[in-house]
Parts: sequence; C-alpha cells; structure tokens
Amino acid sequence: MCVGVPMQVISIEGDQAMTEVDGVKREASLMLLDQEVKVGDFVIIHAGFAISKLDEEDAKATLEMMREIFTPELMG
Amino acid sequence: MNYLDSFRDKELVQGLARRIADLTSGRSKPLVFMEVCGTHTMAIYQFGLRSLLPPEVKLISGPGCPVCVTPNGYLDRAIAMSRLPDLIVTTFGDMLRVPGSSSSLMEERAMGADIRIVYSPLDAVQIAARNPGKRVVFLGVGFETTAPTIAGSILAAKAQGLANYFVLASHKTMPQPMAILSADPDLAVDGYICPAHVSAIIGADAYKPLCEEYKVPCVVTGFEPTDVMQGVEMLVRQAMAGESRVEIQYSRVVRWEGNAKAQAVLADVFTPFDAPWRGIGVLPGSGLRIADAYRAFDAELAIPVEVEELKEHTGCLCGEILKGKVAPFDCPLFAGKCTPESPVGACMVSSEGTCAAAYKYAR
Repeated sequence: MCVGVPMQVISIEGDQAMTEVDGVKREASLMLLDQEVKVGDFVIIHAGFAISKLDEEDAKATLEMMREIFTPELMG
Repeated sequence: MNYLDSFRDKELVQGLARRIADLTSGRSKPLVFMEVCGTHTMAIYQFGLRSLLPPEVKLISGPGCPVCVTPNGYLDRAIAMSRLPDLIVTTFGDMLRVPGSSSSLMEERAMGADIRIVYSPLDAVQIAARNPGKRVVFLGVGFETTAPTIAGSILAAKAQGLANYFVLASHKTMPQPMAILSADPDLAVDGYICPAHVSAIIGADAYKPLCEEYKVPCVVTGFEPTDVMQGVEMLVRQAMAGESRVEIQYSRVVRWEGNAKAQAVLADVFTPFDAPWRGIGVLPGSGLRIADAYRAFDAELAIPVEVEELKEHTGCLCGEILKGKVAPFDCPLFAGKCTPESPVGACMVSSEGTCAAAYKYAR
C-alpha cells in the first residue's frame, strides 16, 4: 500500500501539479510537500499526493557508487 | 524509460549478492533481517531476492501490510455502514475482499451496496461533492505514508464546506510494533529493513530510539531490487561489526527529519490512540484517530451502526505470520483452504500480504 511512483513534474498550478512518467500522466496535489518543487523535478506520488521530492543528484551518485563497487567483472 | 530504471540493474543486484555472500561466508548462525513494509515483502518475492542471498542471511516479513493488520471489528463496522441507505463507501481496492466476521465488502457490493474503489482519497471528496444527498465514507487504512493523504482529504472537504464526507479511520504507525517485536524473546531479529515511504514522512530519526534501546541495526531502504540488496549489505556490515545505527540507503528520497509539512498535517487532523493490531494486540499510541477539532468528519461518531459480534477464523495463522514467527508455508490452510481466490486470512487477501506474495511468486 505504500507504493510510491517517481514521476516528473511537467506543470504546476497552485497546489496542483501535472506529473508524467513513461508517457503516463497523473495529477497530484502538492499540499503535503515541505520542499519547493519546479517543473522538471521528480516527486514520489502516493494516492494522488506528492509526498517527497526525489533528489536526482543523489540518485545518480548512488547508482554511480554501486556501479563502481558492485559490478561483477570489476569485483575481481 | 528513464535513468531510475537502473535501480533494477541485474548485474548490480548480482554484484551486491556476491558482496553479501563474501561478507557473511563461514558464519555459523544466519543473520535474520525483518522487513516491516508490504511493498518490501512484494519486491523481495517479485524479484526472487531470497534465492540470491547466501544461507547465512535470512529475510523474514513483519507486520507491514496495513490491510492485514486491520482487525475484523473494523471491517464489520465498514460492512454495517455499507448496508445503510444513501451511503457510499469509498476505499482503496485492497480492502474489498478482506473477510470480516461473516461477510466482506465484495459480498456486500454484489448484494447492492454502493461501494466504490478510488485511487486517491481526494476522489472520495469529489464523490461527496457530486452527491450532496448521500453520505460518503472513506475507509482510512494505512501507515504514515497514507495517513497524511487522508488527512489532506479531510482538509479539502473542510475547505469545500462539505458536510457529507466522513472517514472511518484505522491508521497505524510503524515504530511501535518494531519495538514490541524487538522485545519478544522468541524472535531474534538482527536488523530491520526500514520502510521507504513511511520514512519519507516520519524521517529516519524516528528509528533512533529503537536502535539505542534494542541494539538493533536499522537501514531505511528503497523498493527497487538494488535498493533492497544494498540495504541488506548495509545491515550485514553493521551486524558483523556489532554496530547498531540508523542508516539511510534510500537517500534520494528519505531525509533524517522527514517531511515536516506532512507531519504537521498529521498532527493537526489526527491524534494518537492505543490501536488494535491483528495478531499482535493493542499497542499503546500505535494508531491515529481523528482529532476532536475534526470530529464532524469521524464516521464512527457521525454514523452510528450496530456491529455484529466478532468472530475470528479458526486455524488461520495470520497473527503469527504478521509477527514473522511462522512462514506462510507452515500454515495448515496455506494454498489449500486459503487461496487468493478464496482467502481465509487477511495475509492472503491484500496483494502485499505475506501469504499472497508467497502464493504468487514462491509456490
């Protein structure tokens, strides 16, 4: 039940955002967010509400770090 | 397709599995880690992560499915309400097939009750606005991820001046059952895979008292397969070093302090109470009910109904399964008398229930 889908904000009007991922569009309320969101940001959508922003730099850094340490052929 | 799909990278998952095997090789006693979120339960089964882990690491499921921990009495009340005239019950889809003492919402709907599945509680508010002559009840079930969205719907209904929108609230909060499980001498948990989106709301700081009191490692972990494997790797490292800290694997979403706005909305609309958990019992301060200032929206107060006498299902081991003491395959009803098509216990009903996940992916 706590599934949240990362979706990209494509427009904002007041407390409502239109979000999209892989061509699927969803409206989402921003009323629960304590972080500023702008068009292009990724947010986690749960039951029609954005509940958190997704930190893209952090996501990329995590992937980079995992690739460096855990890619089987590099592990020796 | 976007870069976030890389969190499902097979090679990375295999690399992480190998690292976990290296770190734990030669251990005489396996490390036992518990996940307390139904979405983790699903991810672990769906991606077959158990089969990638060495025998030195055992993953068990805890009380992480909100539908599963909701006691029969709540369902009986919802069913009784659904039988009233001019009343619409709105709910997330998972609740529909859960058996109450003698019926289910699905059966009531087949007999003519107006029960509608919604994607968001805001949809339920809209139904109320469009049906001024009817009372609309939303079934407020869920942990801290979902509770703020339902609080948000109450605020939206208030702002619209709606007097026909009500919530039957049975929200649960997560850290309390983890403390109960940690204190249980029959259950030796070496670390917790802490929930992803519950923690986005409550913050990773919420697990610090648990770590300190029970000396148990806690890692807030995302839902993708690389997330789960990395979370396990972090738990293994802590456990092997005899450490017990809170760490955040899911740092792209979860912050130490959590979401202050959502926490404020929760504190405004709800108030903690001693909630009953199926299989576990009443836990002090482990639930959220509607605060006095919003009592006009409380379905339990506003819509009195006669609720049938409580009956529990005999032979069902859901309670023990929710505590991680028994695996689905050990239940005598599993896959025989109890299947997803004809469930006896809640763990088989919800798509996130431990038994439903085991039935679908591991049988």
